[in-house]
Amino acid sequence: MFGRVGSERVVGAAWGTLFTSILAILIVVGSRNLQHFDAALVGYTFAVLFATFAITYRYAMWLLRPPTKRYWNRGWQLFFSRRYFATNVVNWFRRVTADFALNRFIFKRNQSRGMAHFFIMWGCILAFAITFPLVFGWIHFETLPGDLNSYRTFVFGFATTSFKIHSAVAVLIFHGLVWSAFMVIAGVMLAMRRRMLDHGAAALQRFAEDFLPLVLLFAISITGLLLTASYTWMQGYGYDFLALLHAITVIFTLLYLPFGKFFHIFQRPAQLGVSFYKDVAAKEGMAACRRCQQEFAPLLQINDLIEVERELGYRYETDTPGVEHYQRICPACRRSMLGIAQGELWRNGGLGVGGGEWEKSNHLSPTPHPPRPTPHSPIRID
Amino acid sequence: MARIGNMEFFLDPNRCIGCQSCVAACSECDTHRGHSMIHLQYVERTISVQTVPVVCMHCDSPTCAEVCPADAIKRTDDGVVQTARKPRCIACNNCVLACPFGVPKMQTEFSLMMKCDMCYDRSSVGLKPMCTSVCPSGALYYGTREEIEHLRPRSEPINTFQFGEQTITTKVNMMVPRDAGVQHVDVLSAMEESPVGNAAMLDSVFDDM
Repeated sequence: MFGRVGSERVVGAAWGTLFTSILAILIVVGSRNLQHFDAALVGYTFAVLFATFAITYRYAMWLLRPPTKRYWNRGWQLFFSRRYFATNVVNWFRRVTADFALNRFIFKRNQSRGMAHFFIMWGCILAFAITFPLVFGWIHFETLPGDLNSYRTFVFGFATTSFKIHSAVAVLIFHGLVWSAFMVIAGVMLAMRRRMLDHGAAALQRFAEDFLPLVLLFAISITGLLLTASYTWMQGYGYDFLALLHAITVIFTLLYLPFGKFFHIFQRPAQLGVSFYKDVAAKEGMAACRRCQQEFAPLLQINDLIEVERELGYRYETDTPGVEHYQRICPACRRSMLGIAQGELWRNGGLGVGGGEWEKSNHLSPTPHPPRPTPHSPIRID
Repeated sequence: MARIGNMEFFLDPNRCIGCQSCVAACSECDTHRGHSMIHLQYVERTISVQTVPVVCMHCDSPTCAEVCPADAIKRTDDGVVQTARKPRCIACNNCVLACPFGVPKMQTEFSLMMKCDMCYDRSSVGLKPMCTSVCPSGALYYGTREEIEHLRPRSEPINTFQFGEQTITTKVNMMVPRDAGVQHVDVLSAMEESPVGNAAMLDSVFDDM
């Protein structure tokens, strides 16, 4: 009735509804029937609910793509395989620490890029960890009975630790968003600097994909800091306007989360599954090239790739003896064969290397010069 | 974004002399500075001097992008298949294994696939890709169709390749003999063949002496 795309959308919408409903229930339960829910933050709550639906919908649609679906399923299957489970768990901790917490692979690409990402990532994680539980009413503070100088933290309505409101701990906790804003601004500045100076980045970057996220992060951070400045040093001057401005920047970012660059936050952890897939597949045996007989890739991955290509409609099947599928030939042999195939065409149909043309160009130099208004040296890079 | 216009890339591996100029120049490209993306493939080094410069052919329907589970490889409006998007690439190696021309390179230490993007910082503003600006033998040429037809009247650019049952059309052209009357390059026809390119070229050079 709906067709393939239509049914995929239904699946995506169903997952989106499920996750959004779970979050809504958790908000009601965690805030003790909205008893600790701050009505002033209701705009944020609805933006988060919308973002949850849209992110889940997009994630579900992404998982339905043939290659993604295959590696998602395979990743889990191989992670929990009895034979490799213990090794996988050790590797999981190692990779989460090195790649996710420390961004090691990004630092290897470029130090400045690594620093920018590190600051932005940890600034955002800190801000999210503070903001969302407060917005959802999952965390609130109460003064201790009989002690107006102490606060007790309640998580999901359960009492936890208490602390003095004028202590260093209190300053650290109540200014958590200030520290996160400083981190994000530092990261945004580093990222913006690279984007403004790097010629390569200038050729590829686009406003909506690359600049808008930085502008949004900067806007959230600076308006958030202005709120603190307003109530700390300016007797609340312009606080209402600043609160509204800050809310607009945050809500816009939440609505943008599923559509732009920020989606990688949710997509990227799939890298973990792929790393387990590659580890286990390599141990299970390698595929040898049908032309040079050299091992070049895990056999499991080659077999999966052939299936994925078939699902996508590619037909790399061949009737060449010994090569039932082009995927069985290694990349190096593919490059060699491309050159040999062209050479064969010249040998069979074109009298060698277009020999006549070498003579026709009438140059001792092998570089044939096209007609140009102004001749230039062949080594000039224009 | 600026347009590439009527400039095209013409690949003629038979003219390659293996000088490595393209390899050095490629790493100067701003979009992948310090990393050479071109392959200079030695076909059968023990018996032949034949080398094949392989750049991305920029397929109209790029297999690398289709098999990418992270949806990290994008094609621009002007037909250039870009290197993997850094935030998305999960280093699964699928693109490297799927590309029918053997082009993408996996940078394992960065967890990132990188590939030739036709020097998009240059070609998108009307400049030649780095490799074509230094190739002394014309194996890598960037210009208009009229220029290449004037320079090589016996050659014909084609952009259709056959891999078993699969036909792939590309943005990059390969030069084939005009009088051969071929509609496509059948890559698998070379499965059992030995290197011929430079052997044939050397023969013709020595014949002239």
